[in-house]
Amino acid sequence: MDGTGHGAENLKALTALDAGLVGCRHCTRVAPLGATICTRCGGALESRDRTSMQRVWAWWLVGLLFFIPANLYPMLITQTVGRASEATIVGGVIELAQHGAYGVAGIVFFASIIIPVGKFIAIGYLALIVRKPHGHKPKSLLHLFEVVEWIGRWSMIDVFVVAILVALVQFNLLATINPGIAAVCFALSVVFTMLSALSFDSRRIWDQIETIADE
Amino acid sequence: MEAGDDLVCCPVCDALHRVGEVDDDTRVRCIRCNTVIAVGRPEAILRIVVLASTALILMTIVVFYPFLELRNGIFTSKASVFQTVMSFSEGVMAPLSIAVAFFVIVLPVARLMALLWALFPLSIGAKPLRGARTMLRWAEILKPWAMAEIFMVGVAVALIKLADLATLSMGPAFWSFAAIVFITALKDTQMSKHSIWTALDTAQRT
Repeated sequence: MDGTGHGAENLKALTALDAGLVGCRHCTRVAPLGATICTRCGGALESRDRTSMQRVWAWWLVGLLFFIPANLYPMLITQTVGRASEATIVGGVIELAQHGAYGVAGIVFFASIIIPVGKFIAIGYLALIVRKPHGHKPKSLLHLFEVVEWIGRWSMIDVFVVAILVALVQFNLLATINPGIAAVCFALSVVFTMLSALSFDSRRIWDQIETIADE
Repeated sequence: MEAGDDLVCCPVCDALHRVGEVDDDTRVRCIRCNTVIAVGRPEAILRIVVLASTALILMTIVVFYPFLELRNGIFTSKASVFQTVMSFSEGVMAPLSIAVAFFVIVLPVARLMALLWALFPLSIGAKPLRGARTMLRWAEILKPWAMAEIFMVGVAVALIKLADLATLSMGPAFWSFAAIVFITALKDTQMSKHSIWTALDTAQRT
């Protein structure tokens, strides 16, 4: 507790549940097991969220469903002097790369393809592990969830880029940019996967890490 | 073990800790998952209040002044953050317009105001306002949904996409927005759930 402890070495700890207490995730106060409302901040208390997995899978599935049209339909519709061209997410990345902006192309590719796909895999993997843990190395699970939870929001970059382009490029006949249907699908997909990650009770992953470390 | 004031549970992994007085300029981390549990900074509340009010004032500039200006020969197009937000306002895209408005303006502002509501009285040594606890809880819940910093990266990407199409210049709102992103990040490093809630508890009791 001196601020130098590293999680990777201490996989076992006395949890609030072990001690017959329930901790508040909003304000970190502990209450006796069975309390439903935190006396300090008024938040809901539950030692281990029992319905969390259902919500995780429901949001995960909806997010995945919206991710498919998000990649098939155009994100941007550009009209320049009578010619209209459409660009999907991947198309936009290729276009950036052709302009020589490899760094930006990399950021957009990472934010709109790698992060969402990685997130679907990571949440699915964690949700399966929590149910049936065997043969996994605890260290590989340690901070996977935190990374997933933190990085998910950054997928919104592409939606904001579309919004900025649409607002700026309105030169009537010369050039106009309009949003495509994929922008909506992609934004929804990001929101749903964020909700999926937020429904996850990280304390259950740590329970499993402890169990696996015991084996 | 009894529930008491010094007993703290890690919000991420549920490990119990007994945290007493925290020394200045030290961080107490969870023994298991390394999450920061308490920060020993006596002026943390004051700093959060100052930074949050600065960000809130800059936000008014952001909404009302031009954000980016685009010139292509004789054509000029100016966009404020408000226009950017409204760019999806037609037809099926309208819900997206509302969502972008929430992520970029409404939620960041709501979060700053909730924080100030809860913590401003503490910084001047007054009694907390009614509903301070609820406000503080909501400030934390809203955290992942306030996406101002992501919007900034989006601006950078858009600038490069347009670089060969037209000349771009940044308006005052752009720099205010950049400052807000920086200030908010600075503010969040000062925050630790346990320390703030303990401060609110102490203020409520006296």
